[in-house]
Amino acid sequence: MAMFGVGSTPAWLSRALYAQDAPSPRKKILVAIFQRGAVDGLNVVVPHGEQRYYDLRPTIAVPRPDGTPDSAIDLDGFFGLHPSLKSLKPIYDSGHLAIVHAAGSPDPTRSHFDAQDYMESGTPGRKATPDGWLNRALPAEPRESPVRAVSFTADLPRSLRGRHDAVAIANLNDFQVRDPAGAASFEAMYAGAIDQVLNGTGRETFDAVKLMQSIQKQPYTPANGAVYPGGRLANSMRQIAQLIKADVGLEVAFTDVAGWDTHVNEVGAKASVGQLPNLLANFGDTLAAFYRDLGDRMADVAVVTMSEFGRTARENGNRGTDHGHANVMFVFGGGVQGGKVYGDWPGLAEEQLYEGRDLNLTTDFRDVLGELVVRHMGNPQLASVFPGYAEPRFRGLLRG
Amino acid sequence: MRKTLAFALFFCALTLSARTVNKPPAEDPLFKKKLSKDEQVIHALDRLTFGPRPGDVEAVRKIGVRKWIELQLHPERIAENPELERKLAPLQSLRMTQAQTLAAYPSPELVRGVALGLQKPPEDPIARAEVERMVRRFDVKKGTGQSDPLEPRVQLADLLTREQIRTLRGGTPAEKTQLLASIAEDKIDDVIVAMPAGLRGQLMPFASPVVRRKLLLASQPQQLVFYDLAEAKLYRAILSNRQLEEELVDFWYNHFNVYIDKGADRFLVPSYERDVIRPHVLGKFRDLLEATANSPAMMFYLDNWQSAAPERAPNGKRPRRGLNENYARELMELHTLGVDGGYTQTDVTEVARCFTGWTIRPPAAGGEFFYNDRLHDKGEKVVLGVTIPAGGGKEDGEKVLDILANHPSTARFISKELAQRFVADNPPAELIDRMAKTFLRTHGDLREVMRTMLESKEFFSAGAYRAKVKTPLEMIVASIRATGAQVDYAFPLAQRIGQLGEPLYRKVEPTGYSNANAEWVSSASLLGRMNFALALAQNRLPGVKVDAESFPADPLETARRLLFTDPSAATRQAIEKAMADQKTKDPKAATPALAAALALGSPDFQRK
Repeated sequence: MAMFGVGSTPAWLSRALYAQDAPSPRKKILVAIFQRGAVDGLNVVVPHGEQRYYDLRPTIAVPRPDGTPDSAIDLDGFFGLHPSLKSLKPIYDSGHLAIVHAAGSPDPTRSHFDAQDYMESGTPGRKATPDGWLNRALPAEPRESPVRAVSFTADLPRSLRGRHDAVAIANLNDFQVRDPAGAASFEAMYAGAIDQVLNGTGRETFDAVKLMQSIQKQPYTPANGAVYPGGRLANSMRQIAQLIKADVGLEVAFTDVAGWDTHVNEVGAKASVGQLPNLLANFGDTLAAFYRDLGDRMADVAVVTMSEFGRTARENGNRGTDHGHANVMFVFGGGVQGGKVYGDWPGLAEEQLYEGRDLNLTTDFRDVLGELVVRHMGNPQLASVFPGYAEPRFRGLLRG
Repeated sequence: MRKTLAFALFFCALTLSARTVNKPPAEDPLFKKKLSKDEQVIHALDRLTFGPRPGDVEAVRKIGVRKWIELQLHPERIAENPELERKLAPLQSLRMTQAQTLAAYPSPELVRGVALGLQKPPEDPIARAEVERMVRRFDVKKGTGQSDPLEPRVQLADLLTREQIRTLRGGTPAEKTQLLASIAEDKIDDVIVAMPAGLRGQLMPFASPVVRRKLLLASQPQQLVFYDLAEAKLYRAILSNRQLEEELVDFWYNHFNVYIDKGADRFLVPSYERDVIRPHVLGKFRDLLEATANSPAMMFYLDNWQSAAPERAPNGKRPRRGLNENYARELMELHTLGVDGGYTQTDVTEVARCFTGWTIRPPAAGGEFFYNDRLHDKGEKVVLGVTIPAGGGKEDGEKVLDILANHPSTARFISKELAQRFVADNPPAELIDRMAKTFLRTHGDLREVMRTMLESKEFFSAGAYRAKVKTPLEMIVASIRATGAQVDYAFPLAQRIGQLGEPLYRKVEPTGYSNANAEWVSSASLLGRMNFALALAQNRLPGVKVDAESFPADPLETARRLLFTDPSAATRQAIEKAMADQKTKDPKAATPALAAALALGSPDFQRK
């Protein structure tokens, strides 16, 4: 409590901390990462046990595990991690990283925009849904922290739009009005505005700004010797770790990372160099740094990754892949029953492919997210989080 | 062939109208409510310009709104602002061909070419020095270099006195400006080459526009193309008298989005905006579509330049080349039909086959578009029910463009996008229908489609009035225009716009930015807008000067002048209270500048 100066303590926080019915400040936290552009799941978690994979991708397949840095890292004798994700292997081995393959959205669209929108709204095929799944996943609460739901992006993503307060923060240190007189006046203006959109966002913003002031004064050093790589994703994850440790009531966090639309020259001369390997190395190193930074605190945290669809099982004419169907998802955290690749493998034979060209879908992404909402966040109202999805099949990704 | 096409289109029209009937739109009655004469003037200025300047309201009122709109629809009849021409003059890459751009602003390919003796170094002395420096570094990397690669040949101390160097490093802004301006023209290039990169960056705000480009050229030559583009885009938005044309260039570039940081697009985009987008924004859609399809920038961005009829290498195992369907899909989804426009995955593949061979020359050879028949798939294709016979060449792709440009789904999709941009995030279906009819009747005459929209009752209705949130670009430019600020260095404004979530020329995805502006409202963005308003009004932006003396002493009068209407109750009260509080605390801080900052950051100003 000492970190909040007298007078700067937000009213909701003192109420929350002193009230008899105060919720535990250590809530379960769900972090969602969207890989925009459709990552090539078949080259991320490689089915090296299936010869067809190599037949379909003569020039861009990741070689079978042979211990060298340019071959897959074996996971279970059939699947292997892309070598650029080597920093995730220890997390997998420790049982805290679960992989779900052949997962994704059942909607057939191969449009980036529509597929992302469906995944973020949580309602594939339905465009009229006004809000996002991650916002709906927040349980109703009498007093909400203004930073319950935070996106580390310049704009509020579809996933977090909706009834509950949610703020977009591009950078924690910039999250303030740099003029005290101006700040007070703007707050009053937006609070009094008739304009519903601007009034609502303005109020959420200033509530969150007050809370952030205390955090901004502390320089942040990652714990346990964690070193985040460069780039926006790493920056976002570092700040999410910072918010989690500040115990300001964060429950869901979102960030995204672009650049996965690898139509051309997906990999370089070796499996460990080129476009996709570079992106994966940054991605894996970021997640590993986050895991290390949070240490024991990972017990409260689950991280899930998703991408709008997978890519063609066959490589295209330019050593790349085109828009496909099912993909791979990662779930990691202290409560995760990891060290395993989940999901039924549909196979890559011609007749096993979706529309004769893409990996078929055997796990609906809502099965994965739904399990996290119910069993990690403790929100049983799945029918309102994923309307129209009557019978999710949980995969048992979390420890009982 | 023509018969099949006509039949296919007729069929599409049938299914389309059936869809419209199925979905009875609950029309917002506000779109039937008329605006007053004064509101119409403000509304037209808000929507068809990047925000009114002082005096604009009176000027439009004088010639009449309808006549003013008609004039904006004919930009060639409007004399351009001579100040704009002066601002654009130093931005040389705007007027270069692709080949010239590539040669003038050393890319890694050029450095390699020069190092291997395949290409000539650029003529500009600074660019040449930079290439020579990079070539030496290239040689050192390759193990063939002799001297220390990073040391300039002439030292700064040989060119300037110790006192002068001290001023450049630590002088006041005025001293730095004065000193830079005093260095003789025949000496400045050497001085810049001799400077360390950090010093060059630090001096940017204090240099003249010409010297500023030299500073950038010496440190980051490849950034110069983007620098020129971003500066030009802002100067045009701020100063052009042909405001609607600039709005439309922004709209159509975004519609046919190309991401400047993707490889060769770094030097292809200037010509793309200038020669492909700009000439057609009030012309025929078919011509615009054709121009984008024939542009190296688009062919490179959406990978079509590599798409070829599948062919296997002689050993039969590895495919040597093949189809890439990236462009084909986005052509239908984003450029023409829209995602619900009635095409299938098979159509995507067939269209991709039609466009095989639409490629570009190697960047070193200028990167021009060309059609390579050897890469073309000669088989028969069927696109949206229309058979394209075997044995065709480039005309296969042309036929696809004909089908798409005249398709009823395209007419609707384009009309909806325009109405979203200019009328409301959720434009009335009746208006879209009328615009789509105009589109089909005039074979995609974009000026006529615009006219249908701008003459509609919906455009001048309460449903449209102040219904849109300004985009970051619009908010920042409107602030500059409303305050009459003098801008001598526009690039930092572009960086601000990027921080607010709309980096210019840098939308990675082919979707472009959403035309539904409510998506721009987020916490990060609102705080960024407030901070920008404060920085602008308090004259804390490098290269931007607001004449705070010109604001009326009465803070509410200042707010009214910037908002072009009365502030809302909450905004008025907050400004009054801020001024009263400041008067008791620090009377000197209770300036009109504070009132101006509050007005520009207010909810009122975020709407248009």
